[in-house]
Amino acid sequence: MNATVRDAAIVSFDNVSKWYGEYRALENISIDIPKGQVVVVCGPSGSGKSTLIRTVNGLEPIQEGRIILDGTDVHARKTDLNQLRQKVGFVFQHFNLFPHMSVLDNVTFAPIKIQKKPKDEARDFARKLLDRVGLAEKADTFPGFLSGGQQQRVAIARALALRPPVILFDEPTSALDPEMVGEVLLVMKSLASEGMTMVCVTHEMGFAREVGDRIVFMDQGKVILDDTPDQFFSKSDHPRVQRFLADIRREA
Amino acid sequence: MDLLTADQFQQLLWGMRTTIILFAVSWVMAFALALVLVVVRATEYRLCRWFVDGFVAYHRNVPLLVQVMFWYFGMPELLPENVRFWLYDHNAEFSFAAIALALGSSAYVAEDIRSGLRAIPNTQFEAASSLGCSYLQSMRYIVVPQALRISLPPLVSRALLLFKNTSIAMAIGVAELTYRTREIENMTFKTFTVFGIATVLYLIGTFTLMAFGSWLENRTRLDRKAAAK
Ligand SMILES: Nc1ncnc2c1ncn2[C@@H]1O[C@H](COP(=O)(O)OP(=O)(O)O)[C@@H](O)[C@H]1O
Ligand SMILES: [Mg+2]
Repeated sequence: MNATVRDAAIVSFDNVSKWYGEYRALENISIDIPKGQVVVVCGPSGSGKSTLIRTVNGLEPIQEGRIILDGTDVHARKTDLNQLRQKVGFVFQHFNLFPHMSVLDNVTFAPIKIQKKPKDEARDFARKLLDRVGLAEKADTFPGFLSGGQQQRVAIARALALRPPVILFDEPTSALDPEMVGEVLLVMKSLASEGMTMVCVTHEMGFAREVGDRIVFMDQGKVILDDTPDQFFSKSDHPRVQRFLADIRREA
Repeated sequence: MDLLTADQFQQLLWGMRTTIILFAVSWVMAFALALVLVVVRATEYRLCRWFVDGFVAYHRNVPLLVQVMFWYFGMPELLPENVRFWLYDHNAEFSFAAIALALGSSAYVAEDIRSGLRAIPNTQFEAASSLGCSYLQSMRYIVVPQALRISLPPLVSRALLLFKNTSIAMAIGVAELTYRTREIENMTFKTFTVFGIATVLYLIGTFTLMAFGSWLENRTRLDRKAAAK
């Protein structure tokens, strides 16, 4: 791998392996994600997609290799993980909003309490973000009163509040009722069109085709394929990919 | 039914005062100790867990009256004689009652807090970590506030129980409300009146605690803002 690619990459995996006990969940992963790219990660259940993106912000430790996030080695012992995590947004499958805080407080929590930003500034920015995800009027509501789609949009606003250069999504729409998937994808597409670097674990192939710059296909802890959506959908003759696509079509 | 003299009524009020102080002191000690127990219990060390489990088992299975008497009559035997006399000269019965009541409650309070903490899913902790929270910040802003909400109702019952259990301190001569009540009843035989007044005083105490508890519960309800709309 040459040095120029390395430098432009905001996230890079260098021969990364991870074990859960005896079980090897990631096997020699090497990927570079340049600024501004939208990378869609897909693959059968249990193939290691969640594990992969959870190693990027240090939610899961790795045993071999290196992950460089915005110039910092995530798993180096001297790395201040809490500091580093402010540079990478994470959106969970089940939203994980803080139920004891209003929507606005969910979004301003990290800027105010962790980054010690002035309250007015944080609130103004939070209101802009809520407006952007179409939930300005819900600022004072509590998460328990929102639909799944609305909660996920708040979760995206919460992740954006730290102005991270990259956002990771772990199946952001798979816990949602079908009629709410669209509103969340719309927000994600608008982020992509503004040049945000995104790594999205998702089975929404329409989204992948439309805004994905690249598709990473995983199976049994390995990256089987890493290509453009066009190549992936039309030309890939890998049997695992074919089976995966057939399964998805059957479900849809 | 005979009325009490102003002086006798005054005595009951003094008893009530002691009851309230005894309750407050033992509650604060119980809560502080419970927090320590929760933290110690959460450590990996088997010895620590055994200690806490043993502590909880003792206080659950031995009558409170025995615990109080054990502290007052038993423990001083382990102390040097001059310390013992000093203690007996300085309101030892109040101190030992407070210690025994606090220890007895702390075991239960710790269990209430622990089950509140267990009810908060680990994903809340992960969400906080992902925003850059340290372990302590995640606990302080995200986990503990939610856990306390869940623990609040059992903690209120625990406080009520402790308030009523302060009457056990009369067995070692603490001049709290029940002790004064018995004293006045023995002297005047105005049994109905004096126990009636004591009952009302206890009820005022417990109702105040209950009102405070529901106020807290309302204040921390998750839908308060949405409901206000
Ligand atoms: N905390 C864990 N402990 C042990 N095994 C785990 C843990 N998390 C995930 N695994 C295993 O690692 C594999 C990959 O899991 P995951 O990354 O969640 O897959 P995916 O997100 O692609 O469905 C699975 O076989 C799963 O059972
Ligand atoms: Mg997953």
